[in-house]
Amino acid sequence: MHGLLNRSIQGFLRRTYGEAVWHDVAARAGLGPDGFEAMLDYDDNLTDRVINAAALRLDRPRDALLEDLGTYLVSHPDLERLRRLLRFGGTGFVDFLHSLDELPDRARMALPELELPELDLNEQRPDRFRLMCKSPLIGAGHVILGLLRAMADDYGSLAVLEHEGSWPEGEIIRIDLLDPRFSEGRRFDLAGVA
Amino acid sequence: MDGGMTLPGLTLDIISLARLMPMYLSLTEDGRIAEVGPTLAKLLPKDAAGQDFFALFEISRPGNVRDMAGLAARTGDRLHLVRRDESRTSLRGLAVPLKGGQGMLLNLSFGITVAEAVRDHDLTDADFAPTDLAMELLYLIEAKTAVMGELRAMNRRLEGARSEAEERALTDTLTGLRNRRALDLALAELVARGQPFGLMHLDLDWFKAVNDTLGHAAGDHVLRMVAGVLRAQTRAGDTVARVGGDEFVILLPGLVDAERMRIIAARIIARLEEPMDYQGVSTRVSASIGMAASTAYDRVLGDRMLADADSALYEAKRQGRGRAELHVPD
Repeated sequence: MHGLLNRSIQGFLRRTYGEAVWHDVAARAGLGPDGFEAMLDYDDNLTDRVINAAALRLDRPRDALLEDLGTYLVSHPDLERLRRLLRFGGTGFVDFLHSLDELPDRARMALPELELPELDLNEQRPDRFRLMCKSPLIGAGHVILGLLRAMADDYGSLAVLEHEGSWPEGEIIRIDLLDPRFSEGRRFDLAGVA
Repeated sequence: MDGGMTLPGLTLDIISLARLMPMYLSLTEDGRIAEVGPTLAKLLPKDAAGQDFFALFEISRPGNVRDMAGLAARTGDRLHLVRRDESRTSLRGLAVPLKGGQGMLLNLSFGITVAEAVRDHDLTDADFAPTDLAMELLYLIEAKTAVMGELRAMNRRLEGARSEAEERALTDTLTGLRNRRALDLALAELVARGQPFGLMHLDLDWFKAVNDTLGHAAGDHVLRMVAGVLRAQTRAGDTVARVGGDEFVILLPGLVDAERMRIIAARIIARLEEPMDYQGVSTRVSASIGMAASTAYDRVLGDRMLADADSALYEAKRQGRGRAELHVPD
C-alpha cells in the first residue's frame, strides 16, 4: 500500500494514542520507530500487521479502530487539507456521495501511483444509498464508514451509516440520509488554507 | 463572413443562460453592459448594467480591440481581458454576435488564475458551472501543494538522516582512509590507554599545481593514489586519516624511535615522489611531514601532539619541502 496511506495510519496512532503506543506497535509489526515514508510503496501485509498490532496493543476491535481512523482523517485539524480535498467532491453531502466513484481517479490525478479503495455508489432511493468498497486492505470499508460519518457532519447532514458486511465483491456500507440540511456544517472556503 | 446567411437559433431565458454560463456578459450595440452572469457580477460594481464595457475591462490580447467594431472583428477568437480595477483580475473568453445585430454575448472564465480570483472575490463552488474544470484545477493545486508538502517533509527527514549518518561516519569517502572524526577517536583511545605512539602530519607539496593544471578529477585521482601509498607503507594497526584537502595524519602505535620514524617518513616521501599517471599524463607531487612522539611528553595530550607535529611540518616546508622533521621538545 502507498506510503501516504500507511503514513496516515501512523499519524493516527501517534496523534491519538501517543508516541509510546506507536513505538510498541511499530516494534510488534517489525517496523522501525521512524515508521513509514510518505512517498514509498509498502507491502500490503505490513499495513495489515501494523493495524493488527495496534488493535492488540490498544485492546480494541480491529473494525472499530479502522472506523476511528476514517473519522480522524476528516476531523483532525492537522489533516485539514485532506478534508478540503474531499470537500472538492461536491457542494452537498449527496453530491459528495456521488463523487466517491471518481475518488480513486481524483487521487491518481494528484499522485499517479496512489491506489485508493474502489468505491461504487448505488442510489436505491433518494435517501438511501449503498456503497461498495473494494480494497486489498481487509476492513477498508470501516475506514470509509468512519470517513463518511465525519463528512456527513462536515456537510451538516444527518445520516445513519452502517457496515453491512463483507462479500466476495467487496464491503457494503448502507447510508440512510435523514436530513441533508440538518445543521450548518463546517465552512468550506474555496480559497483554501494558507 | 456569414452575414447573408440565416442560421437556426435557440431561445434561452437569462436564468438558464446564467446556469450554463455564470460568467456570461451581454453587450448592447453601443458597447454598454446589458446583462451579467452571477459569478461575473461579483467582479463588477453593483451598478455595472448600462456602463461602458470598455471602461470596465481592458482587452489585453489581441491588441487594438477598443470598441464594438473591434470586438465584432474578433468574433470567436480567444480574448484576454483584464478587469480595470485594483484586483486586475485576468479573464479569458470569447465574444459572439447576438441575433439581429442586438449586440454581443461574451463568455468568460478565469483560466489558470482561478485560485487568485477565488480568493480575491470570495467565490464558492456554487459559482462555477458543473462543466467548468475550475474546481478540478483548484483541487489539483491543493493536492499538488499537499504532495509537495509531504515530499519536502520527506526530504527534510532524509537530509537529517544523511547528516546524522555523515556525522557518525568514520571514513573519508574520497580515499577510503579514516576521516577527522575517526582520527580524533583513535588518538583519544591511544592517549587513554597510555600506549606510546608516533604521530605524523603529512601535507602534499605541489598538489595545488595538479588541481590547477589538470583539474579536480586529476586532483582526486592523485589523492586516491596517495592514500594507496600511505596504506602500503603503514601497518595494519596504524591509523591513516585524511584530515583536510591534501593533509593526512598517521598514528603509529608503539613506534616512537626517532630514527625509525625518519626512515618510514623518508620512504613515504620517496614513494609519493614517484610519477603518478593520470589519463596518460604523468604528474608529480611530493610531501612534507611533521612528526611527534608521545614519549617526548610528561603528560600526553592529543591536541598538543597534533599542534607540535603541525609546527614540525611547517619547519619541514620552510626547509625546502619533500622532507620530514621531528618535533623536539624544548
